[in-house]
Amino acid sequence: MSEQWLLRVEQLEKHFGPGCPVCRQLTGPTTGRSRCPRCGTVWACVDVNLQLHAGEVLGIVGESGSGKSTLLQMIYLALRPDSGHIWYRESDGQLRDLTTLNRYEARLFQNTHLGIVYQRPELGLNMRFSVGGNVAEKLLLAEWRHFGRIRVRTSELMNKTELLPERIDDEPTTFSGGMLQRVQIARALASHPTILLLDEVTSGLDVSVQARVLDLLRRIQWTDRITMLLVSHDLGVVRQLARRTIVMKNGHIVEAGLTDQILEDPQHPYTQLLVSSAL
Amino acid sequence: MNYLLEVKNLYKSFTLHLIDGRTITPVCDVSFSVAAGEHLLIHGRSGMGKTSILKCIYRTYVPTSGTIWFQSHQFGRIDLSRADERIIIDLREREIGFCSQFLRVLPRVSALDTICEPLYRQGLDRTAAQEIGREWLRRLGIAAELWQASPMTFSGGEQQRINLGRAFIARPRLLLLDEPTASLDETTKQVVINMIRAAQREGTAIISVSHDLTGLGVYADRQWTFPSR
Amino acid sequence: MTELTDQLYHFALLDEDAQREIRRKLLKAVAIPGHLVPFASRDMPIARGWGTGGLQITLSLITPEDTLKVIDQGDDESVNAVNLRRLITRTTGVATTTDTTAATIIQTRHRIPEEPMRADQILVLQVPMADPLRWVEPNIERATIMHSEADYGKMWVYMYESIVRAGDLRIASQYPVIVNRRYMMDTTPIPRWDVPKLHMAETLYLFGAGREKRIYAVPPYTAVEPLQFEDYPFRTEYRPGQRCARCGAENTFLTSHFVADAHGGRWETTCSDVSYCTKRCAATETTA
Repeated sequence: MSEQWLLRVEQLEKHFGPGCPVCRQLTGPTTGRSRCPRCGTVWACVDVNLQLHAGEVLGIVGESGSGKSTLLQMIYLALRPDSGHIWYRESDGQLRDLTTLNRYEARLFQNTHLGIVYQRPELGLNMRFSVGGNVAEKLLLAEWRHFGRIRVRTSELMNKTELLPERIDDEPTTFSGGMLQRVQIARALASHPTILLLDEVTSGLDVSVQARVLDLLRRIQWTDRITMLLVSHDLGVVRQLARRTIVMKNGHIVEAGLTDQILEDPQHPYTQLLVSSAL
Repeated sequence: MNYLLEVKNLYKSFTLHLIDGRTITPVCDVSFSVAAGEHLLIHGRSGMGKTSILKCIYRTYVPTSGTIWFQSHQFGRIDLSRADERIIIDLREREIGFCSQFLRVLPRVSALDTICEPLYRQGLDRTAAQEIGREWLRRLGIAAELWQASPMTFSGGEQQRINLGRAFIARPRLLLLDEPTASLDETTKQVVINMIRAAQREGTAIISVSHDLTGLGVYADRQWTFPSR
Repeated sequence: MTELTDQLYHFALLDEDAQREIRRKLLKAVAIPGHLVPFASRDMPIARGWGTGGLQITLSLITPEDTLKVIDQGDDESVNAVNLRRLITRTTGVATTTDTTAATIIQTRHRIPEEPMRADQILVLQVPMADPLRWVEPNIERATIMHSEADYGKMWVYMYESIVRAGDLRIASQYPVIVNRRYMMDTTPIPRWDVPKLHMAETLYLFGAGREKRIYAVPPYTAVEPLQFEDYPFRTEYRPGQRCARCGAENTFLTSHFVADAHGGRWETTCSDVSYCTKRCAATETTA
């Protein structure tokens, strides 16, 4: 068992809107609402606590609007939380609260420690650059300054993600959906991130393509022991990849546990509904 | 006697929130122990909660009350019903194996890779893992031309063998087998029984749930009839 | 002339508020080398795009004791340089020169003079396009965020793709550089030839973009590194064996122009820095 947590989220909170005195009572899983009916404020994440351990895959499930993508964006440092902490344990054991980083520090941390794969490739890739350029960007940000070596590393990453290195200079628009997800994965892995964030990566793909992408992620996890945070509304995807799973509803975590336990012995009424509604 | 696993006064009830919060209790005050190298066979009428016991030990189900003491290599004597999830994950990887009745795998992944999965998880490199994987496929009598095909295209019997292989390949100290010989023909059943006995000789404790009293039951060290209510 | 300035204009044309605003922004620009500082660009008696940014900086810095040199395309006598010089001298009465070594303030477009500049001199550059990220990010707001986060990956990919497509770093002017290991800056509009002169220079370089309302600076002794790859290094326009047809200099930035003669005319390659070239010619004549 690997020692300590790598990332620890403490009482993280994010809302969109002005807020009012009764907001909290009128939203949350018991009310079945995220949006306050009085002032219209959306409470995307409320009192979210979780720990991510080195080398594990943690699943986050919940229906659309449950706050799981907002949570992921905050951990990716792309969205600033209203309150709470995101602690990260550096390789030297030092703890850093990522919510206190300024823009510049946050971007640097993002470039060196985090990788992300989005459901929609346009969000993760620059469609005007070549596929190789998109992967190389991460290397360039990590101060790789030798064109030849960048090309070699980019080809390696394409091989690893089962893309043909011959297509390094092709435009992303000539790639299929499953291939674009693999380009995103190659790009995310380029700078050896410690945490890979996956936001509905297989949603919208054909079932067989979905299986290939999942198998790729699984093998990367086995060989590189990379820590992953997997957001999905598809319980099957989470079952295949994540050992532990968190269930979110209306901005709150309603249940957390071993993935098979969540799926076969769900405790919370909402989780029981979610599991029983799965195909 | 030094037991590998001791189940004491185990209860498991389910609260069905979707059906008026009704509670059902399939496992009621169950106690038993298993020593290293021992094979305990649990049998009884279907739907009585035999599988629930296995799932409680594996922590797929959260036990409602009672204790499940396990003598772990890494963590010493611990109560599986209350142990930290991280410890459970680690035990599942290295010490406790579970074989369900159904093979649940990713489509398009070859039989060889499927059976090697537990080894990949342990961090074994691909070639070494596949060496072991091929050996197991051979023992299980899976024809070599099927090794690169997906088990999802296999017959029920072949799928079950792959499923068993996945449980055995990691050499756990405790193996939980749910109906291991169902849907197998006589020859294959014998292969599986031999595998179980070989594992026992290596000191693996086995708890199986089965109706197969004439086949598997003959070889079990102890049989325990699950009480029907 | 001085009477005219006393009566009709504030010294150096711009009113006191405008000069103070620009001086403050200049101080900020010097304090954050390479950072684009927005400023309230005034309407000038010349059209935007004709050097109003540089002109406003010069008019905010100039004192009656200064000696001014104005060049355009390396030439003191080009129309734009003449007009700007006339405007500045008529509103300030300062002395002018064409000799780089004699000037205290040099306003220029397109070139840094060939003769090395000193610590007591200021070079003011007129800038057409201030932000190098314009090439990869047309949205100014997003480009500003990219600068604040030093998120220059896109620009580096642009360089990478330039090699992929053209086989080399094909950028003629506006070569992007990193200033003080932090901000990415456009060296617009100087040619690559002059880029190395910015690195660890003795002189203060000020850049003004009037139309884009931005001021930025490279203070003395600041590291200015062009974007380059180890295996595809930055290169100036220098060609081995190049030579000025007029003064014979072998290490200057050259331009070609058409010279008409009795036989119809020919192309001649001479120094782009005309005053330097003339100075060299005069020196050769006196020694000869």
